[in-house]
Amino acid sequence: MFAPPTWPRFHLLLSHLSDKGFSQPLFFLLISSSSPIRSLVSSMSERRFCQEDDCSSLLSRLGSDSPRPRMKFGGMFCNVEGAFENKTLNFESFSPQTQRRRTAPTQTGGQDGGDAATGRTMVFPSGTTRESYGKREVQSAAGKEVLGDRLIIKGGKIVNDDQSFYADIYIEDGTVRQIGENLIIPPGVKTVDAYGQLVIPGGIDANTNLHVPQKGLNPADDFYQGTRAALCGGTTTIIDHVLVEPGVSLLSAFDQSRETAEQRACCDFSFHLDITRWHEGLYEELETLVKDQGVNSFLFFMAYKDKYQSSDSQLYEAFGVLRDLGAIAQVHAENGDIIDEEQKKLLSLGITGPEGHVLSHPEEVETEAVYRAITIAKQANCPLYITKVMSKSAADVIAKARKKGIVVYGEPITASLATDGSQYWSKDWATAAAFVMSPPINPDPSTPQYLTSLLACGDLQVTSSAQASFSTAQKAVGKDDFTLIPEGTNGIEERLSVVWDRAVSTGKMDENEFVAVTSTNAAKLFNIYPRKGRIAVGSDADIVIWNPKEMKTVSATTHNLTVEVNILEGLEFRGVPTVVISGGQVVVEDGKLSVTEGSGRFVPRKAFPDFVYRRIKARSKMAEARGVPRGNYDGPVHDVISMTKSVPPTPTTRGPTCPKIVTGPRNLHQSGFTLAGAQIDDHIPRRSTQRIVAPPGGRSNITSLS
Amino acid sequence: MSDCRRQWNREDELPVYLAGPISSGPNQRKSYGMFSSVEGAFDSKTIDFDSYAVGRKGSRTPRSRSRERILDSGDPVEKTPGDAREGSQTNSTGEIDGTGTERGKSLLQGGDGIKLLDGRLLIKGGRVVNDDQSFYADVFIEDGLIMQVGENLVAPAGVKVIEANGRMIIPGGIDVNTCLMKPYLDTQPVDDFLQGTKAALAGGTTMIIDHVTPQPEGSLLEAFERWQEAADKKACCDYSLHVDIPKWNETVKDELEMLVQDKGVNSFQVFMAYNDLYQMTDSELYAALSFLKELGAVVLVHAENGDLVAKEQRKILGMGITGPEGHPLSHPEELEAEAVFRAITLGNRVNCPVYITKVMSKSAADTIAQARRKGSVVFGEPITASLATDGSHYWSKNWAKAAAYVTSPPLSPDPTTLDHLHTLLACGDLQVVGSSHCAYSTSQKAIGRDDFTLIPEGVNGVEERMGFVWDKAVAMGKMDENQFVAVTSTNAAKIFNLYPRKGRIAAGSDADIVIWDPDSVKTITAKLQQSAAEYNIFEGLECRGGPALVLSQGQIVYEGGKLQVQQGTGRFIPRKPFPDFAYQRVKFRNQVKNSQGVTRGMYDGPVYEVPSMPKYITPSPSAKTSPTSHQPPPIRNLHQSNFSLSGAQIDDNVPRRSGHRIVAPPGGRSNITSLG
Repeated sequence: MFAPPTWPRFHLLLSHLSDKGFSQPLFFLLISSSSPIRSLVSSMSERRFCQEDDCSSLLSRLGSDSPRPRMKFGGMFCNVEGAFENKTLNFESFSPQTQRRRTAPTQTGGQDGGDAATGRTMVFPSGTTRESYGKREVQSAAGKEVLGDRLIIKGGKIVNDDQSFYADIYIEDGTVRQIGENLIIPPGVKTVDAYGQLVIPGGIDANTNLHVPQKGLNPADDFYQGTRAALCGGTTTIIDHVLVEPGVSLLSAFDQSRETAEQRACCDFSFHLDITRWHEGLYEELETLVKDQGVNSFLFFMAYKDKYQSSDSQLYEAFGVLRDLGAIAQVHAENGDIIDEEQKKLLSLGITGPEGHVLSHPEEVETEAVYRAITIAKQANCPLYITKVMSKSAADVIAKARKKGIVVYGEPITASLATDGSQYWSKDWATAAAFVMSPPINPDPSTPQYLTSLLACGDLQVTSSAQASFSTAQKAVGKDDFTLIPEGTNGIEERLSVVWDRAVSTGKMDENEFVAVTSTNAAKLFNIYPRKGRIAVGSDADIVIWNPKEMKTVSATTHNLTVEVNILEGLEFRGVPTVVISGGQVVVEDGKLSVTEGSGRFVPRKAFPDFVYRRIKARSKMAEARGVPRGNYDGPVHDVISMTKSVPPTPTTRGPTCPKIVTGPRNLHQSGFTLAGAQIDDHIPRRSTQRIVAPPGGRSNITSLS
Repeated sequence: MSDCRRQWNREDELPVYLAGPISSGPNQRKSYGMFSSVEGAFDSKTIDFDSYAVGRKGSRTPRSRSRERILDSGDPVEKTPGDAREGSQTNSTGEIDGTGTERGKSLLQGGDGIKLLDGRLLIKGGRVVNDDQSFYADVFIEDGLIMQVGENLVAPAGVKVIEANGRMIIPGGIDVNTCLMKPYLDTQPVDDFLQGTKAALAGGTTMIIDHVTPQPEGSLLEAFERWQEAADKKACCDYSLHVDIPKWNETVKDELEMLVQDKGVNSFQVFMAYNDLYQMTDSELYAALSFLKELGAVVLVHAENGDLVAKEQRKILGMGITGPEGHPLSHPEELEAEAVFRAITLGNRVNCPVYITKVMSKSAADTIAQARRKGSVVFGEPITASLATDGSHYWSKNWAKAAAYVTSPPLSPDPTTLDHLHTLLACGDLQVVGSSHCAYSTSQKAIGRDDFTLIPEGVNGVEERMGFVWDKAVAMGKMDENQFVAVTSTNAAKIFNLYPRKGRIAAGSDADIVIWDPDSVKTITAKLQQSAAEYNIFEGLECRGGPALVLSQGQIVYEGGKLQVQQGTGRFIPRKPFPDFAYQRVKFRNQVKNSQGVTRGMYDGPVYEVPSMPKYITPSPSAKTSPTSHQPPPIRNLHQSNFSLSGAQIDDNVPRRSGHRIVAPPGGRSNITSLG
């Protein structure tokens, strides 16, 4: 039998070969005659790449902006011979901000102690942390007996958003280490059998509210219950919302949610921040959040009048700031003013049941706000993400705006893809109330089909769940007034099955698009790609083995949430996850869930996701307006009292937006209070000077104010 | 008063535009009805006036008419159409006689320059073009009214005969959007009611509807009366008035009711632009639309997103762009389209007809067209400027020229806009052509020479309006002559409830008639215009088609390029609420649209205890007027500045003493007791 040489010697051979100038394909050709060697070599070359990538790796430059010609071997989308043997991604090259990326893992490492050993390091950095990667290599090489985190998935069809292929996956320390056929693996590794099934990246649910209190009520399903349900449904990463009540510090709200999630969550998580009252003073907190805390998306409300609603001016300002920071603006798009009036009207008509909710939130109110949000984002040149697309016309507006080239993304949710709003008129109050969410589920029964079609053709990009479940007793707070019913539906568990059943098994979508809308697109948008949303060497081992044939009936008695009513009750969906692997651990197998509370990790997200910001950056350069150089107008000027004396605008004092000015600090000298620049009363003519003879409080002898 | 109004609302059948002929039964229906083309129809092409309530009783005594109407409103429902019918057959001549004497007065006043016998006139051998059909007929005019339309009319002796020689006889144009007295700061447009109406007549427009623009604090009624007084003195053609609502509050409601019921105003403008000045929030708009709908008024909307315009203006100024090109840069097309979309949404929710003034861009027009396809009751009005020129001139090196184009929404810089708007106008997606005539002199415009936001907004166009529609739409083959009449006159008359008194050539209509010469070619230039402004934004453009002769109230006011007008001859034309053209659909929808609740048993399950919510002390911003827009930082008055001690502070973690007694404040003690 062929005895594998000891590692150092073999390594020497490898470096010798590459020193001699052997190109990699040739190298494979040379040794491909013996399959044990081949797979050994493939794993070795993997290692070699990690150690020596700064000088010889062919992959390291891919995706970067360097002028070097595109390499034909092993690139992300190329399909050349042997590609699958070493299907991998160079993580460094995807980083738009390399320094930032380098510092982040050091931080997490510092915080979490020995996380590196258990596979907690999130990003593959180069430079400093490359050593730690190497160290881990050594560790695992030395202590082969520690096998707990190793796993091989055999025989499945790997489905990424770009292509599908048959290969085995070797997982170690929570990351995908090898992909290929006939991998050489250490003995004793647990094997997961995926024959005849699809191996897909774990789902990413980009909109959950597991810790967002409404009207003082906490959702019935918190991070623990919610992430359990997520895992059961094949979702391995959630991006939860942190609702920052007006007047509360963004950072403290974020810290609090993160802490809770770290204790409770069973799958990886990240956060969006919901900003309920925009003012310029938030700039510094936003900057901290984006640059140091790994939050790159912020939600604004156009609804919830007098509570969370932002005005157009505020949105415009906020979008400008977010663009400068490289974050994504999300909006809850509904016209709060109209809703408020309609609610009053309906209540005065004596309609107090849940049907009042859908009547007071008509479709066009959603559509109008979507249109307005897109207009504002276009003006501010900021990427926009519309959460919860619930109606056909709203989806159409998004599709049309995209056709005009606006950077906007739309997110239908489980509920809008799977059911319609006819249940609002249910005679059973509890059932009707369970459907209450904003924007409401559309009563038009053709909506789910329509949204699925737009999802399939790429006009909508991401599916999420908008999970926010409240028990019937909680919903009953609004039994006499529909405006008090806490809003939110379930959907975190059923999301992938709904999309598969409604889109893939009906032939609207293929399996690659399925992966795209359930995970890859979200990962790209929110900048956790390719760590999440892809099965590739180096990605996190968040993997779902998907059985496209099995059927499952949704019922509140069998679901993993605590709420009593499931809005999809009784619906049958084709396509279920059979095995779910989260962070390299098998958490669902044979229908059994085995999770550890608090095993989820926070996934920081960098600013300036390429998927979104490439276009924005180019446009910022393009969209500069220029004035017309003219001679001075020297004709007659109509005399408007002393109007002509109005302070000519000095360009320097009018910053384009607000970032420098901080409102409300206690120190008056640093406050935003200023006498310079354009003033609200500039159009009112006034005397140019006024001599104060006897100032109130007596004369002062201050000679200079500066 | 409100009682009256309610009764009025109930009385759905009142001025139903088609109801008369239909409800009156088979024997009543005349063979020469409006759309019939039966034999002999052209002999006496006419409209039964009294079956349309607009022209009924007292329509010749305009001021008092609406009050009578209100008194009438207690009548039994069936009586109204029946009465009208009888009246149409028996009383009509008498009524006209009565008005004839009244008109005689004005004739006496204005009769000096015009040698006409009794104000009688016969137009022979012309082709009468209405919005529905064209036919050859003679038109006999007496006392400012069309008495007869038919073939081979024989003129009594001494009647002046105008030979039309086969030329087109069209109803005089109605320009529904002029601002001849709109103040800017303390200045008024150079074209006042005299200049403006002269220009209108010279262009074939025989009626204008002007905007009353009250100051935000001022009373609507007072402003209305001021406008009416000024116009009565100066206007040379008939006029009516829209009233702009600068601010929404309770007192406005009473005034609106007064205006609608006593003053003959049925259209009001609301603004989505002009941040901090006229702009209304969506809530206010909702309230305003709901209220105006109850009154039966047409809501005109100036549609631009004022919040964003303000932001963009600041940005553009911040970039150092102060010239007129900053105006289109800060009013991008999207903001117009967005606001149009929002206005339509509001209109749909409230179920109120919405009229979009000044459609300037393709996307705004498309938005309207699409909404109409979905069944919204919305009307769109492109203006002369948007139909004849584009916004490229904003970048002119000549400041004065560039400034002359400043209007809001701005002219779209896209040169294909005008074609697109003409197409939509031709196919009926847009309905009315206005001019938004508001001419400021160059020196007035120069108030904003260092800051484009101060340039008074307004362009000319009242004189060129009809000509350019003919030139760009009819002469190009996009539109036929009937549609031409519809968009320049008839549609406006229908929407604003002037029809068929205006906007149609039929027996009983006002004698506002234009003989149109489709072949005349004219080059527009400021030297030859009637308007007093130095710049004409259409300078140098060639225009085919123009009026050969214009009759206003039966008087020849324009013939062969010469204008002959008498200041103050224009009458105020009151307009009744609930125009059928706009309100019929709305009424039916009102009946259909009642939402109903679900009858359920009481929910008797457990109810979660709601923890008492801490109330935020932060003042809740009402929607659009958020803290930032209400108190834009920075503000000169420290007492109104946004400097605040509430909320989270940077030094919150530093413990501090709760109170500090200041014994010796810096600067010495003061004895100011009150800061108010």
